[in-house]
Amino acid sequence: MKYTAQHEWLAERDGTVTVGITVHAAKELGDVVFIELPEPGRTFARGEEIVIIESVKAASGIEAPFDGEVVEVNAEIVSDPELVNEDPECGAWFMRVKPAVPGALDAFMDEDAYRAMIDQEH
Amino acid sequence: MSGTETERTPLFDFHSARGARMVEFASHFMPLQYPAGMLEEHRRTRQAAGLFDISHMGQITLRPKSGSIEELCLAVERLLPSDVLGLATGRQRYGLLTNERAGIRDDIMFARRANHLVLVVNAAQREADAEYLRAELPASADIETHFGERALLALQGPSAEDALARHVPEVRSMRFMEVRDVTLAGFPCIAARSGYTGEDGFELAISADAAGPIAELLAEEDCVFPVGLGARDTLRLEAGLCLHGNDIDEDTTPTEAGLAWTIPSVRRQGGVREGGFPGSELIFREIVDGSRRRRIGLVPEGRAPMRRSALIFANDDAREPVGSVTSGGYGPSVGGPVSMGYVVPELAVPGTSVHVDVRGRRLPARIAKLPFLEPRYRRN
Repeated sequence: MKYTAQHEWLAERDGTVTVGITVHAAKELGDVVFIELPEPGRTFARGEEIVIIESVKAASGIEAPFDGEVVEVNAEIVSDPELVNEDPECGAWFMRVKPAVPGALDAFMDEDAYRAMIDQEH
Repeated sequence: MSGTETERTPLFDFHSARGARMVEFASHFMPLQYPAGMLEEHRRTRQAAGLFDISHMGQITLRPKSGSIEELCLAVERLLPSDVLGLATGRQRYGLLTNERAGIRDDIMFARRANHLVLVVNAAQREADAEYLRAELPASADIETHFGERALLALQGPSAEDALARHVPEVRSMRFMEVRDVTLAGFPCIAARSGYTGEDGFELAISADAAGPIAELLAEEDCVFPVGLGARDTLRLEAGLCLHGNDIDEDTTPTEAGLAWTIPSVRRQGGVREGGFPGSELIFREIVDGSRRRRIGLVPEGRAPMRRSALIFANDDAREPVGSVTSGGYGPSVGGPVSMGYVVPELAVPGTSVHVDVRGRRLPARIAKLPFLEPRYRRN
């Protein structure tokens, strides 16, 4: 598992990467009430806003961590956004994507580095 | 405005001990939410009772310099298009401090006591309001502000009466908008049967040193849960109540805001105490001719919340907007997104279809009547 500075987790398997947000991020967001996911098949560039998450408090976007294409999205969290608060690092994954180039995950933090970053923020 | 320092309310430790996430709001550290979260805090208020710290709001006492409460009421009516003189002792009303442009300086609660008036004003406006009152009423009122020295708690929800009555049985006989002096946990308390959630409930004005003990006492009740500003906002939005600075401000008129009901016939054209308040001519003209926009409720057809500043269009390809959203988000008790905003009067009809720009896309919504939920005030 790898982590981005925007509190996404990235899990690679057979060339596709599952993307979700961390427990820490879900806690910071508060109660999630709305999620907009991209269409499968959509290609995206790194930094593009591909997911919208709205909590009771506010709307926020998730930027694509690398160039790639959407393979599959989790429709369950669209119909039941509260799942993101209940199970963010497993059942409430957001989407599976195919990176444009292999090794796209190499640059991201491992769990220790991510924990250290969160600790720094507080 | 004075004071750039962020202040703590007398309940700062109460919030910290309960793990509240604190934010700065109107120069005060306030609880945004507790660990239960905004949705749960909202639901608990609608189902049981929520306890809110609203000590950041301004409490102001006005005493007549002449000794005559009637003279004081008449003086206040020069600033407030309400029937202050006709308000019975022990009763409270909602009213608007207007400006010369017919805008709303602030929306306030005012209560008549035996020989004085008590105002509760918005946190962000309290210094400006106090300054304004001092400038406008130098000859008629002694003005005493209680900022920092008094706390204000709100206990709201269907279980609020039971919870409070265990400590003050006599509150059971209070009606909506009644104000009474009571003793709570040994401390003097001004209890008002009012609130900002659409639920039955009470607002309790107490001295700063009484705030901690009273909050602890009420929070011990099984049906009482602490609630932060986040849920306070979703509760008042569902109840169709305005937030000053968002839904109403110095540039919105009472007619536009749908608040002309606060101006009774005695203060309107032809009334015995007609006019004489800032902006009266403009307001009278609007009451007759209508205003150029109207506050409306808005229900998105999809699930995406439509938030403040989103532009409203008559259809999905219209060029010019017909209005904008002033408050919006998710309504937990409605079970979906709800918004409030302003549109041109022709479209301010419940059921009308409009489109709202959300992140560059036009999404459909319907104009809806306010409030989104029927209030459950204790009217008799």
